[in-house]
Amino acid sequence: MFTGFFYKLKEARIPVSLREYLTLLEAVEKGLANYAVEDFYYLARAALVKDERHLDRFDQVFGAHFKGMIDLADGMDEVAKADIPEEWLRKLAEKFLTDAEKAEIEALGGWEKLMETLKQRLEEQKGRHQGGNKWIGTAGTSPFGAYGYNPEGVRIGQDKSRHRRAVKVWDKREFKNLDDSVEIGTRNIKVALRRLRKWARTGAADELDLPGTISSTARQGWLDVQMRPERHNAVKVLMLFDIGGSMDDHIKVCEELFSAVKTEFKHLEYYYFHNCPYEGLWKDNARRRTDQVSTWDVIRTYGADYKLVIVGDATMSPYEITYPGGSVEHWNQEAGAVWMQRLLDHFEHAAWINPQAENWWQYHGSIQIMHKLMEGRMYPLTLEGLDRMTGALNR
Amino acid sequence: MKFQGTENYVATEDLMVAVNAAITLQRPLLVKGEPGTGKTVLAEEIAKSLGKKLITWSIKSTTRAQQGLYEYDAVSRLRDSQLGDARVHDIANYIVKGKLWEAFEDESAPVLLIDEIDKADIEFPNDLLQELDRMEFFVYETQETIRATNRPIVIITSNNEKELPDAFLRRCFFHYIRFPDAETMAEIVAVHFPDIQKRLVSEALNLFYDMRDVGGLKKKPSTSELLDWLKLLVAEDLPPEALRAKDAKTAVPPLHGALLKNEQDVHLFERLAFMARREGR
Repeated sequence: MFTGFFYKLKEARIPVSLREYLTLLEAVEKGLANYAVEDFYYLARAALVKDERHLDRFDQVFGAHFKGMIDLADGMDEVAKADIPEEWLRKLAEKFLTDAEKAEIEALGGWEKLMETLKQRLEEQKGRHQGGNKWIGTAGTSPFGAYGYNPEGVRIGQDKSRHRRAVKVWDKREFKNLDDSVEIGTRNIKVALRRLRKWARTGAADELDLPGTISSTARQGWLDVQMRPERHNAVKVLMLFDIGGSMDDHIKVCEELFSAVKTEFKHLEYYYFHNCPYEGLWKDNARRRTDQVSTWDVIRTYGADYKLVIVGDATMSPYEITYPGGSVEHWNQEAGAVWMQRLLDHFEHAAWINPQAENWWQYHGSIQIMHKLMEGRMYPLTLEGLDRMTGALNR
Repeated sequence: MKFQGTENYVATEDLMVAVNAAITLQRPLLVKGEPGTGKTVLAEEIAKSLGKKLITWSIKSTTRAQQGLYEYDAVSRLRDSQLGDARVHDIANYIVKGKLWEAFEDESAPVLLIDEIDKADIEFPNDLLQELDRMEFFVYETQETIRATNRPIVIITSNNEKELPDAFLRRCFFHYIRFPDAETMAEIVAVHFPDIQKRLVSEALNLFYDMRDVGGLKKKPSTSELLDWLKLLVAEDLPPEALRAKDAKTAVPPLHGALLKNEQDVHLFERLAFMARREGR
């Protein structure tokens, strides 16, 4: 029935599935759409769209798809071709027509007759004016206005309810600014990061310790119930993000990674650096000049049980890593490689995530150097790469 | 059986369509929206307007799907066996029913609210797929299948803290509660404060929407905060003029504590209001 619409939604990359489509059909069959276009719009939206980010795209597709069907733009033939159930039009007419107009329909000889007349008029009109549909629409008292579900036409029913105002609901595109919010695909990242979980038992003892109870009972000779605290994810992660410069190309995917790790790990600390970690790191990129934390302090603050994850494209001039004073931003007393080595000496479990595609790595000298410094623990920022990384960090 | 909103709850047309679709097709309805737009209240009002019982299952970060079905209390059984209690021979005595079981069992098809599903572990919704789809589950301990005779109306709310799995989403209807426009808001206010002065309301609403337009607020005031604020205004019996005071000292609206929930926002607002006044002069 609405197959065309369904495929258009798919084309617009709204994740609709057959199951949801069947749900919609079932709902329509049960009469939930009530043969009013707005109700159908709301119903289709509730059944097919499952995320507010897609609402705007849905509105656009809906508008584009049903416009052609509902407008009488190309006259009667279009209407006959479009598969709008006749009841829809009938209901629409009932909704928007005043009693006087309904009487007029009766006077014209009922619905069938009315359609005939409409067709005739449309043909006449084609001959007379160019903008045929306008004539029908603006003639507010004409019963035909009711079909013309365009802004001009619906005006007949405007006083009924504010939900029936002239601009169609889906054309208002109220969900526009929800469309480009972050958190796309973070679920996949989180699932990949789950492997990093390290379970530990801390807190109140509220779970039955079965092996403990058995061995204790056997020892005591009476039933000695043992309790233990529940398991929690106790993994500690320190993340360093490269920010600015060449990383601008990867902002989106890094934001996703960041929002995923932030909710996944309870013990998460993060700092920013530019290109290569030197003697200072910072927490707030807007105050990077004033509020730097000494890298030594970072090393001393976080114990060796923290897992160090560095996110950066490692795409820079090789001098920035290997020579003192190589930094593009300031004069560094000691080379980046020295600082990297200090970090790696302290944090036994470390990995570098590189948003740059893996098959490009061999063409960048600096990536090669970093790869060597990390002793091969550099992984691409893909789900498969994250998987490899969590495996390596757990070793 | 149709949901039309109640005298305490203004439901927009799209919300009614979504709720009625979920009721008729007996699928769960997933409701998202800004905090304070009435997601949880919706379930209460549906229950009230349809004259049904409401069963609330509030999800926490430690909640597991199994807890909604049932729990086997092995500890009390062990203890009872020590005391020689006769109950110990029937394992069914130690099965503690969860909220889903309670809802399935209830003949009157109650409203089941699964509140803030995004708080739980990321796999939580997946663990409930079959149970919500077929409205049945199997109890291993007693080897019985619990099946809903009359399927409950399931309302699920989410605050978007975690993304929900596709397989789960496909089985639900979805509604995003948009922040109400000024017109709907006036209706909502009228429902809650029927005899409040008209002028006070329109002044308050203007101020409220101006406040929401201020960029950079950490937490924008929402419907529930507006209602709290109005409650205070009424209690203090402030005249509408007080809301329009031009004095720099009262640049921030009176009783703003109900609307702005952290000091940075209050501070930001004070500064902006001060600047606006100066320009206006």
